[in-house]
Order: sequence, then structure tokens, then C-alpha cells
Amino acid sequence: MNILVCISNVPDTTSKITFGDGNTTLNTAGIQYIVNPYDEIALSKAIGLVEGGKGKVTVINVGEASTEATIRKALATGADEAVRVDAAPRDAWFVAHQIASYAKDNAFDLILTGRESIDYNGSQVAAFVGELLGIPSVTTAKKLEIEDNTATVEREIEGGKEVLAIPLPVIVGTAEGVAEPRIPNMRGIMSARSKPLNVIEAISVPVLSKIVSYESPEPRGNVSLIDAGEVEKLVDILHNKARVI
Amino acid sequence: MSVLVYAESTDGKFKKSVFEVVSYAKAIADAVGTSVTAISIGNVAAADLASLGNYGASTVLHVASEQLKQFVNQAYASVIAAAAQHSGADLVVISNSFSGKGLAPRVAAKLEAGLADGAVELPQINGGAMTVKKTAFSGKAFAITELTSAKKVVALNPNAFEVRETGGSAQVEAFSPDIPATDLTTVIQDIVRSTDQVSLPDAEIVVSAGRGLKGPENWGMIEELAAVLGAATACSKPVSDAGWRPHSEHVGQTGIAVSPNLYIAIGISGAIQHLAGVSASKTIVVINKDPEAPFFKAADYGIVGDAFEVVPKLIAAIKAYKGN
Repeated sequence: MNILVCISNVPDTTSKITFGDGNTTLNTAGIQYIVNPYDEIALSKAIGLVEGGKGKVTVINVGEASTEATIRKALATGADEAVRVDAAPRDAWFVAHQIASYAKDNAFDLILTGRESIDYNGSQVAAFVGELLGIPSVTTAKKLEIEDNTATVEREIEGGKEVLAIPLPVIVGTAEGVAEPRIPNMRGIMSARSKPLNVIEAISVPVLSKIVSYESPEPRGNVSLIDAGEVEKLVDILHNKARVI
Repeated sequence: MSVLVYAESTDGKFKKSVFEVVSYAKAIADAVGTSVTAISIGNVAAADLASLGNYGASTVLHVASEQLKQFVNQAYASVIAAAAQHSGADLVVISNSFSGKGLAPRVAAKLEAGLADGAVELPQINGGAMTVKKTAFSGKAFAITELTSAKKVVALNPNAFEVRETGGSAQVEAFSPDIPATDLTTVIQDIVRSTDQVSLPDAEIVVSAGRGLKGPENWGMIEELAAVLGAATACSKPVSDAGWRPHSEHVGQTGIAVSPNLYIAIGISGAIQHLAGVSASKTIVVINKDPEAPFFKAADYGIVGDAFEVVPKLIAAIKAYKGN
């Protein structure tokens, strides 16, 4: 089985997010970049699926040279080879075109992404790539198994789940439950250095949207503390003042 | 600019999030002087279809085809794109639900439309351009996104826009676009949906608990508090990682971002990743025995106390209030 895993390079979850240049750019000073946590799930699943010589895992990232540390981490985790599309990941539409363009020339049975990246939270790439390649897509998968050229996928829905049977090739966005994230071991880290990391040029994609600025959430006022013995007071406030119950 | 809105149905019914997107589409249509067409796919009663008029739809296109009874994102996206062409819509509004997230990019790609998902308020419209405020960095920020394309798709977050009733009734028209067979290769084997529980992403009240509860056997009082409030239950990441609660309840940066009117956090310290997922809540109540818990700094109301004492009292107090 030939699997492509799409990874993005995102600020670590502990990062404080602040902006500069009149709220138009992310302040990257002090921010550690990591493999997007949902993409780690995708990668771990892919490695598990090909274990024992059953196929190959290629990771693809759209990013500038600075993302190579993140790509090497994916190789250390167990991917066989990597491709970096040399461009800033402008938006999901742009990234999806790069992935689809690469995937068109390389017959993949399965393409995996995380269900969303934790920076722009679009959940867009899987469905965009699916549409661009004319193949089925699942955006939020909780379980994924492959047998006889068919993917059985549990998809999250409000208050439950849906079980789908989809003929390969398919692109699936993975969430918690699909696989336990794997941690690179020393052998993986050593071998990652010699695995192929090919850099390719980006294709040109029309601009349909752009981020003009950022805002931070309004800070909440000071907390009003209520005595543990006076919970009735809380109920009264929630009903009469906050008007939420 | 005409506005098309996708009215997602669940078991043949419309949920509140549908009334929110129709109200949202109507507010945009009013601002630009046009009308709203809704598209519904699957078995929905004629009276329910017409009732979308009460939220601002003038026309409801209804696709009743047998092969489209159940949601398949490829086929539904083809229907919505065809409906946009049919109604001359330049803007398509979709709910940012689990299904909506799978649909919106496909619809946008078919229409070569710019897509803004996770919208939290009405867009600013400036001639042919539109700027949309959307969530980013998992609730730690908002990105103001400009859609520069002629056609546009906006996916609205649940609980972000209030339902507005207009008293109108919509005209229902049958619609039967051609759907290519290649859109219908996915087979739905099973749908499991709990009917007795409130779904977390669109819940108006969420009762959430963390490691302070000490073990999964202590969740009875959390479920009881949720039941008396008509709330959904949720949890922190350590709790779902430990297998005390399912992953689908995990709220936070790598879980679900929620935007309820009321979020009650019990025995959750308030790590930055958790706070990101709840920052869109209107009112936050924190119950924690540690007065230094960081969550108190992100809360509107707090009780410093032992959850095992405070929660039963709170359940009794809410029952007493509901009884009156």
C-alpha cells in the first residue's frame, strides 16, 4: 500500500499567540514548532498500516526550509521518505492544490491528513484534495481500517458516529481514536538523517481569500467568587444576571 | 448577490443550528438587498421545509431523491453547487458542523469560491469583497479573512449567531439535479446517534469535568448536573487520554472547541490548551478546590470548593429553581 501523509508545521499547543505589525503577523519569537498533533495521528496510523513490509509512507509538507526540522521528526517517527513543496502555506486552498498536484503523479492508495491543523483550524485540506482529485474524502475520522481495497471509516457526527465503507483511493482526516501517536526512538532519529527529503517547486494557484488581520479574544473581567456554601446565589446569578439558565 | 443556505437535516428534522444559518443568511441578504434560497436534501416533511420561511428563506429547494437520503459529502456538494447555479447565488452559507466541514471545501472548489469557515459574526461587505471574522489558533485568536473571489462560501460556527424569527413562510420547490455516479461510491453502513444526550458542539450549556473528579466512577453527579440543566457533558484531555471518558467529549485545542452560553468546569485546572477550546463560551463557571487554579483567571464566576460537596448542592439548588 502506498500512503501519502500530509503534515503541517504548527506552533506547539502551549504557545501564547500574539501578533505584531498592527495585528497582521504572528509573533513567532519564542514559539516552538511541532508536527500538527492530528497529523501525528495520521502518520502513526500510516506507519502501522505498512508495518512488516506492506507498503511505503511518504510525508508531504508545504512550507519553507524552516519546516525541515518538523519533516525530519516525521521521518524519525517512521515515514520512509518526505517531500517538501517549497512555498509558504498561504491557505488551505493553496496547500490542497500542491498536495493534489503531487498526488496526481504518484499513485497513492490512501492519503491521510489530520482532521484540522491547530493553527487555522480549517478542516479544509482533506475535502479540497478529495474534490481536486475526484476521490471520496472523510473529514473527521475516529477509526480507520483498510481491507481488500476498501476503507472502513468511523466518522464523527454530532452526538454519535457514522460507519462508512469507501473504495480506495480515499483521503481521510484523522482525529483521536485512529491511532496512538508514536514517538521516535533513537534508531528512527539516526535513520531519519539519511532518508530522502525531496524539495519540489510549488504550482501557481489563484488567490481567492487572504487574511487581512488578527484579533485576540476579549479578556474576561475579574472572576466573581461565590462562597461554596451559597450555591443558590450562583443559580440566581446565572438565571437573573447572566441569563444563561 | 443572491444567498443560498444549506439546511442540514438530522433524521428528517432541522436542528437549531439550521435556524441560525438561515437567520444569518437572511441578515446578509437584507444588507445587500436580495433574498435567501434554502436547499434541503433528504426526507423532510413539507411543513418543516416551509417553516424555514420563519427564519428568512423565501424559497426552499428540496431534493427528495432516494439515492440522496443519506449524507455523502461528494454528492451533497454537487447538489449544493447545482442549487447555487440554479438560484444564481454568489454566496453559499453552510453550518460549520461535522458534515458541513466535509461539504464546504467541496462546494467552494466547485464554484471556485473563496471559503471562510468558523465564522463567528456577520461579514463586513464592501462592494464585491467580504471580510469574515473566523476562529483561529483553536480559539486563541480570530483571523479576519477577506474573500476576494466573485463567489463565496461561509461556514458559520454553531451558537455564534442568534435565531431570528420573521413570521414568514417559504415556497417549497422540488429540485432534481443530475448527480454523477462517481459521487456515490461511499456506502453508509451504520449511523449511531444517541437520542437522549445533547450533542456537544451545538450544546447551549456544557458541564465539563477534569482530573479533580479522581476517577470515571465519579461521573454520576456530572451526568446528573448535565441532565437537570439540559446540558452536554465534556471533559479535559487528561480525562479522555486516561480513558475515563470518550475522546468525543474532549474539549480543548486538540479536541472540540465549544461555544455554549454557559460552560461549567469542575475539577479542571485550566491549562492553556483547554482554555483555547472554551474561550468562545458566553459565561464560564469554575468549581475547583485549588484557589490558584489558572482557570479562575479565565472565568466569570467561581466557587473555591471540593467538587464532591459543591456539585450535589448545586444539583439540589438547580432542581429547586426549576421546580419554582
